[in-house]
Amino acid sequence: MLGLDALMLARIQFAFTVSAHIIFPAFSIGLASYLAVLNGLALWTGRSVFTDLFNYWKKIFAVAFGMGVVSGIVMSYQFGTNWSVFSDKVGPVIGPLMGYEVLSAFFLEAGFLGVMLFGRERVGPRLHFLATLMVALGTFMSAFWILAVNSWMQTPAGYAINDVGQFIATDWWAVIFNPSFPYRLVHMLLAAYLTTAFVVGAVGALHLLRDRANNAARVMFSMAMWMAAVVAPLQIVAGDFHGLNTLEHQPAKVAAMEGHFETHAGAPLILFGIPNAAEGRIDYKVQIPLLGSFILTHDWNGVVRGLNEWPAEERPPVGIVFWSFRIMVGIGFLMLGIGAWSLWARYRRRLYDAPWLHRAALVMGPSGFAAVLAGWITTEVGRQPWTVYGLLTTAQSASPIDAAAIGASLIAFVIVYFALFGSGTFYILRLMNHAPQPAEPGLPPEAPVRAGGIMPGPVMAAKHALPAAE
Amino acid sequence: MTLDLPMIWAALIAFAVLAYVVLDGFDLGVGILFPLIRGEAHRDEAMNSVAPVWDGNETWLVLGGGGLLAVFPLAYSIIMSALYVPIIVMLLALVFRGVAFEFRWRTKRGQFLWDWAFAFGSTLAAFAQGVTLGALVQGIPVEGRAYAGGWWDWLSAFSLLTGVALVIGYALLGATWLIWKTEGHVQRRAYDIAFWVAPATLVLIGAVSFWTPFLNSLYAARWFNWPQVLLVVPVPLAVLGAGFLLLKGLQKQQELAPFLASLALFVLCFIGLGISFFPYMVPHAVTIHAAAAPDNSLSFLLVGAAVLVPMILAYTGYAYWVFRGKVKAVGGYH
Repeated sequence: MLGLDALMLARIQFAFTVSAHIIFPAFSIGLASYLAVLNGLALWTGRSVFTDLFNYWKKIFAVAFGMGVVSGIVMSYQFGTNWSVFSDKVGPVIGPLMGYEVLSAFFLEAGFLGVMLFGRERVGPRLHFLATLMVALGTFMSAFWILAVNSWMQTPAGYAINDVGQFIATDWWAVIFNPSFPYRLVHMLLAAYLTTAFVVGAVGALHLLRDRANNAARVMFSMAMWMAAVVAPLQIVAGDFHGLNTLEHQPAKVAAMEGHFETHAGAPLILFGIPNAAEGRIDYKVQIPLLGSFILTHDWNGVVRGLNEWPAEERPPVGIVFWSFRIMVGIGFLMLGIGAWSLWARYRRRLYDAPWLHRAALVMGPSGFAAVLAGWITTEVGRQPWTVYGLLTTAQSASPIDAAAIGASLIAFVIVYFALFGSGTFYILRLMNHAPQPAEPGLPPEAPVRAGGIMPGPVMAAKHALPAAE
Repeated sequence: MTLDLPMIWAALIAFAVLAYVVLDGFDLGVGILFPLIRGEAHRDEAMNSVAPVWDGNETWLVLGGGGLLAVFPLAYSIIMSALYVPIIVMLLALVFRGVAFEFRWRTKRGQFLWDWAFAFGSTLAAFAQGVTLGALVQGIPVEGRAYAGGWWDWLSAFSLLTGVALVIGYALLGATWLIWKTEGHVQRRAYDIAFWVAPATLVLIGAVSFWTPFLNSLYAARWFNWPQVLLVVPVPLAVLGAGFLLLKGLQKQQELAPFLASLALFVLCFIGLGISFFPYMVPHAVTIHAAAAPDNSLSFLLVGAAVLVPMILAYTGYAYWVFRGKVKAVGGYH
C-alpha cells in the first residue's frame, strides 16, 4: 500500500491507535484529580459553586472516560497483532506490569467511578469523596504501570535473557524503577495536569467572554490559571531533568532532538532549521552559540555527541524528532507565558476582565493534547530503531503478517476512530459549550446508570434518594 | 511445596475467558436482538437491562488478553498473528457498541445511528469471536516460535459455522436474560425469539460437536477412545439435560430457568473445549507449559491476582445483587 512495507504499516497503525488512546487518559488523569479537588473544596468550604463545577465536569469526564476504555481494550491486543515477536520475547517482563495495570487500576477506576458519577446527595458526602479519590488514584496507578513498561523498553534494567531468547526479570524492583521511569512519570503526570488545566481554562475563558459575571466560569478560570502559573514552570524544569536523563541513556535521541550531526565541544543551541539527514546537516539554521552545551552538560564548553557517532542504521529519523521536540517545547513556553500573563492580570485585579487573556486561553485550550502527542512522538520516534533500547530492533519485533492485512486494518481503524471518537469529541464540545449554572444538574435522570463498569453506587441511591430528587 | 504455576494460570485465564463469554454473552445478545425489538421505550428497556454491567463484563476480555500476554506470551503472540483479521474485527465492533451506550443518550436526532451501531457492533463482535474460536479449534500452523500461515487461513466452513453458532448462542443468552429482567411487551418478545433460537442453538452445538472429531484424529481419540470415553461422556449427556430444561422452561413460561439453562449450556461447551484442548494452549502445537513465561513472571503477577480477583468477584456479585429485579423503561433499575 503506497509502497509501504508491512513493518512501516504496523508502526503507523500502532502509532495511530496509541495516539488516539493517549489523548483520553491524558485528559482523564488530570480531570479525575481536578474532580477530587473540587469535591474536597465543596466539602471543606461548603460553597455551592464547587458542587456546580463538580457536576459540570463529571458529565464531560464520563464521555471521555468511556472512550478511553474502548480505545484501551484495543491496545491490549495491538501488542500481539502487530508485534507478536516482541510479545513473545518481552512478554515475561512487561506482561506482568501490564497485568497489574489492568488488575489494580482498571478495576479500581471502574469500581468507584459509578459511585463518583452517582452524586454526592445520594451516597453521602464522605463515601462520595472517597470514591472520587479512588478514581483519581486509579488513573494514577494506570499511568504508573504503563509508564513503567514504556520506560523499561527505553532504559531496560533488571533483566536476563533465557535460552529461548526471551527477556526475563531478575529483579522486579529494578525493572519497575528503571533509570528513566521516575523522570518520565513526573513529566507525563505534569503534562496530564497541564493538559486538563488548559482545557478547563479554555472553557472558563469561553464563558467569561460571554458573561464575565458567571461565577462558576470565574472560579474554573482562576483555578486553571493558577495551575498554568505553577505547573508550567515546574514542567519545564522536569522536562530538563528528563532530557538530561535521556542524554545519559539514549544520547542518539538527544542528538536528533537537538539536530546535532557532528560531535563538538561548545555546541550551539539550534532554535530552528531544516534537518537534512542525507547531507548530515541542518539547513537554514538559527542558532545560539555555546548554549546547547550549557543546557545539556551545564558547561559552556561541554562535549555534545552528534549523530555521526552512530552507524546510519542506528540513527533515529532526525526530521520528525527535531520538529516534534520543538513543537512540544514551544507549546511549553507558550503555556508558561499564559501563566505569567494571568499572574500579571491577577496582580492588577483584572483576571476576569481581560478579554485578550481569555481569547488567548481559549486558543490554547487544545494545546496540551498537541504537546503530549508531540512529546510522545519525540520519545518514541527518537528511540528508533529499537523497541527494547539497544537490545531488540523494531524490525525484529514485528508480526509475520502481510502488508495488505495491516494496511486494510489501518484504514478500518482510521475510519472507525474518526467517526466514533469524532462524535464523542463533538458531544464533549457541546457539553462544554453550555455555560455552567448555579445548581448545575448531574447526569440526566432519564438515562440509565451506566459507564465505567460495575457500580455499587445505585444501591445506596435506592436507599437514600427521595422520589422528588428525580 | 512446588506449585504448578502454568497450570494455575491456565485455569485462571480459562476462568477469565469463561466469565467473559457468559457475562458479555448476554449483553452482546441483547445487542444482537436489538433490531427485533420495536419501539423506542422498549429498546430503552432492553438496553437499560445491561447498561450498568456491560463495561464490567468487558473488563474480563482485557484481563484475558492482558493475562495471556503476561503469562503465556508465546501463545498470545501466535494466536494474535494467526487470528489477526477476526480479532481486529472484534475489537472494532466492540468499540462501536461500547460508545453506543454513552452516545445514545447524548442525542435525539442521531439516536437511530447509535441503535444501529449497537446492534451491528454486537452481532459482528459475536461472529468474530465465534470465528476466532473455530479457527483455534481447527488448528494453527506453527514453526519454531511463530505463526507460519497466511492471513486468511482462519477462514473455513468450520470457523464460519462456529461464528454463526456463537451469534445464535449469544442471542439465546440475550433473549433468556430479557425474559428474566423485563416484563410486558419486551418479555413476550423475548419468549417469541427464544422459542426459535433455543432449538437453533442446540442444533448448532450438535453440529459443531460432531464436526470437531473429524478435524483432527487427536480430538477423535480424546472423545471416542475406550475407556476414557467413560470420563468424558457425562459432558454431552449434561448438554442434553440442560437443553431439555431450557426447552421445558420456555414451554412453561418460566422466567429464570431458561437463562440458567442457557448459562449451563455455555459452561458445558466450554468444559468440552477444555477436554479437547488439554494440555495444549494452541491445539496440537504449543502446550500450556511450553507457552508459559518463566515462573518468576507467573508468581509475581499471581500475588496481585490472588488478592484482586476475589475482590473483583465480590463486587461483581454485589453489583448484580444491587441490580436484581426487573428493569424499567425509564431510569434503569428502580
